[in-house]
Amino acid sequence: MLAYIVRRVFYAIPILIGVNIITFALFFVVNTPDDMARVHLGVKRVTPEAIENWKQQHGYDKPLFVNGEAGGVDTFTDTIFFQNSVKLFVFEFGNSDEGRNIGYDISKRMWPSLAIALPNLIIGLFFYITIALLVAFFRASYIDYIGVISAVVLMSVSGLFYIIGGQFLLGKLLHIAPISGYDEGFEAAKFLVLPVIIGVIGGIGSGVRWYRTIFVEEMEKDYVRTARAKGVPETITLFKHVLKNGMIPILTGVVVVLPSLFMGSLITESFFGIPGLGSYTIDAIQSQDFAIVRSMVFLGSVLYILGLVLTDISYTLVDPRIRLN
Amino acid sequence: MSGEREFVTLFNSLRQVGVVGLSLVVTVLTACGEQPWNSPYPDSELGQNILYSSFEARPKHLDPIRSYSSNEYAFIGQIYEPPLQYHYLKRPYELVPLTATQVPEPEIFDKNGKRLAKNTPANQVHRSVYTIEIQKGIQYQPHPAFARDEQGNPRYLGLAEEQIKQYHTLSEFIQTGSRELTADDYVYQMKRLAHPALHSPIYGVMAAYFVGLDDYAKRLKTEYEELKKRGELFLDLRKYDLPAVKVLDRYRYQITIEGSYPQLVYWLSMPFFAPMPVEADQFYSQKGMKDNNITLDWYPVGTGAYMLTVNNPNRQMIMVKNPNYRGDRYPTEGERGDRELGLLADAGKPMPFIDKVVYSLEKETIPYWNKFLQGYYDTSGISSESFDQAIQVSGQGEVGLSEQMKEKGIRLSTSVATSTFYLGFNMIDPVIGGLSERARKLRQSLSIAIDYEEYISIFMNGRGIPAQGPLPPGIFGYVEGEKGINPVVYDWEDGRAKRKPITAAQKLLAEAGYPNGVDSKSGKPLVLNLDIAGGGPDDKARFNWFRKQFDKLNIQLVVRNTQYNRFQEKMLKGSAQIYIWGWNADYPDPENFLFLLYGPNQKVDKNGENASNYKNKKFDALFERMKNMPNGVDRQAIIDQMVNIAREDAPWIWGVNPKNYGLYHDWFLNAKPNLMSHNTMQYKRINGPLREQKRNEWNQPVLLPVLLIFVFMIIIIVPAIMSYKKREQLSPAKVHS
Repeated sequence: MLAYIVRRVFYAIPILIGVNIITFALFFVVNTPDDMARVHLGVKRVTPEAIENWKQQHGYDKPLFVNGEAGGVDTFTDTIFFQNSVKLFVFEFGNSDEGRNIGYDISKRMWPSLAIALPNLIIGLFFYITIALLVAFFRASYIDYIGVISAVVLMSVSGLFYIIGGQFLLGKLLHIAPISGYDEGFEAAKFLVLPVIIGVIGGIGSGVRWYRTIFVEEMEKDYVRTARAKGVPETITLFKHVLKNGMIPILTGVVVVLPSLFMGSLITESFFGIPGLGSYTIDAIQSQDFAIVRSMVFLGSVLYILGLVLTDISYTLVDPRIRLN
Repeated sequence: MSGEREFVTLFNSLRQVGVVGLSLVVTVLTACGEQPWNSPYPDSELGQNILYSSFEARPKHLDPIRSYSSNEYAFIGQIYEPPLQYHYLKRPYELVPLTATQVPEPEIFDKNGKRLAKNTPANQVHRSVYTIEIQKGIQYQPHPAFARDEQGNPRYLGLAEEQIKQYHTLSEFIQTGSRELTADDYVYQMKRLAHPALHSPIYGVMAAYFVGLDDYAKRLKTEYEELKKRGELFLDLRKYDLPAVKVLDRYRYQITIEGSYPQLVYWLSMPFFAPMPVEADQFYSQKGMKDNNITLDWYPVGTGAYMLTVNNPNRQMIMVKNPNYRGDRYPTEGERGDRELGLLADAGKPMPFIDKVVYSLEKETIPYWNKFLQGYYDTSGISSESFDQAIQVSGQGEVGLSEQMKEKGIRLSTSVATSTFYLGFNMIDPVIGGLSERARKLRQSLSIAIDYEEYISIFMNGRGIPAQGPLPPGIFGYVEGEKGINPVVYDWEDGRAKRKPITAAQKLLAEAGYPNGVDSKSGKPLVLNLDIAGGGPDDKARFNWFRKQFDKLNIQLVVRNTQYNRFQEKMLKGSAQIYIWGWNADYPDPENFLFLLYGPNQKVDKNGENASNYKNKKFDALFERMKNMPNGVDRQAIIDQMVNIAREDAPWIWGVNPKNYGLYHDWFLNAKPNLMSHNTMQYKRINGPLREQKRNEWNQPVLLPVLLIFVFMIIIIVPAIMSYKKREQLSPAKVHS
């Protein structure tokens, strides 16, 4: 397995370089260094000298990919691309174009994102699996039909509706939780109640539908038929055998998203005033802060690759038939 | 039977989990103590004299030499103290001393250094000298930059990079100190205008007036490059003299400018001219500070009524009363009606009245509005989503609060902003631009056709007034009533301005050579382009409305929606045709608006703020005379001429002067909109007990619906159990058992 992991790490390097090149190219197709300077210097009274000065101070006065004037190795190293990209590979994110330390900001902002995402995931899984099992247990009955139709209806409702409706109902009308806000330590708990409840309810539709499909598919397998034929009670069949086998796709599906839980959710964090990473990239794109954009895209790519590797590993752990080689 | 038992066991387990979960939620919520469950504030803040406000996006800069936007001034305006300020209550806006002993009057000199009389024409003035004297005994807020060890040396200066790595916020520097404000600090700050790493947005403006600033900037740039090569960060500006500024003694300093520039006193009320202690610059310039985000741009240091103690703009920013603040007194006089409104109830009392101000991040307007209604924010603006809930407009068009707001005791305050939003024509465009009769009449015709009264009603909920010229209300030179209307677009009828009929616009269009929207020369229909930046799907209705307005004249309008960067490029190159733009006053002087139409200030080639590239020799000559004149009858006469020229040439369709609507809870006192002042927080007062009482009254938890939901869930599970039992009875397992 170690050899497999090492190989996957090496495979990741060209992928990350590719992502970096694409991000760089896309960003600078839309924004020139002059545009970036103008946005950072403000709308009023920006002089051409100030723009030149800003570019020089931030290293954006160099050519993008190839520095023809430099000669030698500097032809490629004394460029915006090289200067901005190399340190990423040792996770040195440097400073944002506004001068803030990006690594520090990420380390501060990822915890609130996680504080929402983790309970959301765990509580959500518990509820979705429970309801899906119940619906599967009563399959082909009116409970199953109502369950599936309700799931489809709930899936069709916009996430924004859950947030605004939840804030209105639980925060504004019933006064049982703060509408928005955040605090540190245990004080954060009361601010998590509303987003977590809303997040869990918002995901019921898709979660139940997906897990029900897994369980129903599992229930049609031969070993289930055998168990029933042997007279094993339906509940034992369902909760012992079907649940255990059905957990394989569920578990691997969960593992793949684990690393990216840190990255947060833009809409949830915006509406609940959670100081997470969700809005960090979007804010950076709006303010044309390339330093943050490249760092976040790089980090997102690394976490995605990590998620895939973890999924592969988790397969071998939960299903003895699978071996990594 | 075993199946049923197992199912019941499972059900019981689920119920237990549910009970535990519910208990957890209730525990968390009841842990809120004496405050209502939905209070977003900790119990420790209960009963404290705290104002609660919010911010939508994190301020970009808190360094006064860089900061230039209102959301940044909301913070640094309370911390940094320039020498002058605007009177909080009086209107029109009046400059009064802040840290200065008086508002400075310039001494003026000719080329030979001979002092000239006060009323000498501006073109004969070679230099103006402002001498500013500051009050004695003003102290800085406690700050680690001033901390001293037993030997009297700076406690936190000369720290090794390794030591600095241990600090992540300013509050981790335990020891603090203070010192008296001196004239050196003001001079040091003005030298920072030219610092190559700071990019002060007003450097360009000041370089035109400050004697030697350009050369000074070049010198600093060279020195800074050398410094960087040596791996150092602190550029000690005390070593380099700037001819424009001079320290006379501990409490007096002098500013020398080229020619005459009466608007300088307005700039002296802005944070750009606030004092900067060299100790702070030295402290923050130590190696490693920036890597840990400890910078002057993040942690301000000033002499104002408040100091920033928490700066986490991803969540909260907190200002507390500066313990070293001298306690300026609340004004004893205001404008007529202020006393009746209770705005002079605190006259003569030492300020500030509020101990702490908590700003929380609120990116969305809906949660903010709901929290305002629950009493968790003390003030609010009115977004378009909440307008109908907050405001009702009577049949006579009078604006008032809705019944719901009145019941809560909320007060409404309205004021016309000193800003203008206009539709500009590119005056170098071959079709729409230029001063020819043809182009002028075309622009005038469009000025009549585009019905801004309708625009304000549809898109701004009536929150604005149609602009009559480049000057908004509240700025010297603005004329109200019949004399103030734009005769090109309006007639005065029944005591009010009435837009000319569309037939007048059609007539002008025909005279311009486009009868019924068709170019009489080419025979082709007239097509014009509106260049817009970043319009999203929400703007579609607005664009359609503009198309409809042009349609009235049978002119086809093409909306060229582009990205902001490309739009800026078009404006700089002069390739836009019609555009939408706005300007917010820096200071209450007509020069700050009329310069937007001053020829040498054009956008193309000069990169100035005259986005229309308007150039009229007569207008420019009048501007040069007007800008240096004191307010008075003569200046008004020149402004009237300029406004009339501009109205006739119509380089802009004058658009809208927006109205600001503010809502205040009845416990929020001394609130009067002041669009020029930045240090307004110290005047505000909170009636804390009333706020606590109302919050408790409005936010009692309503649990009945929650219980009903649980009962409902149990009810729907019962048929499931029955159905299961029925099935078990039919199952083979049941048969076997």
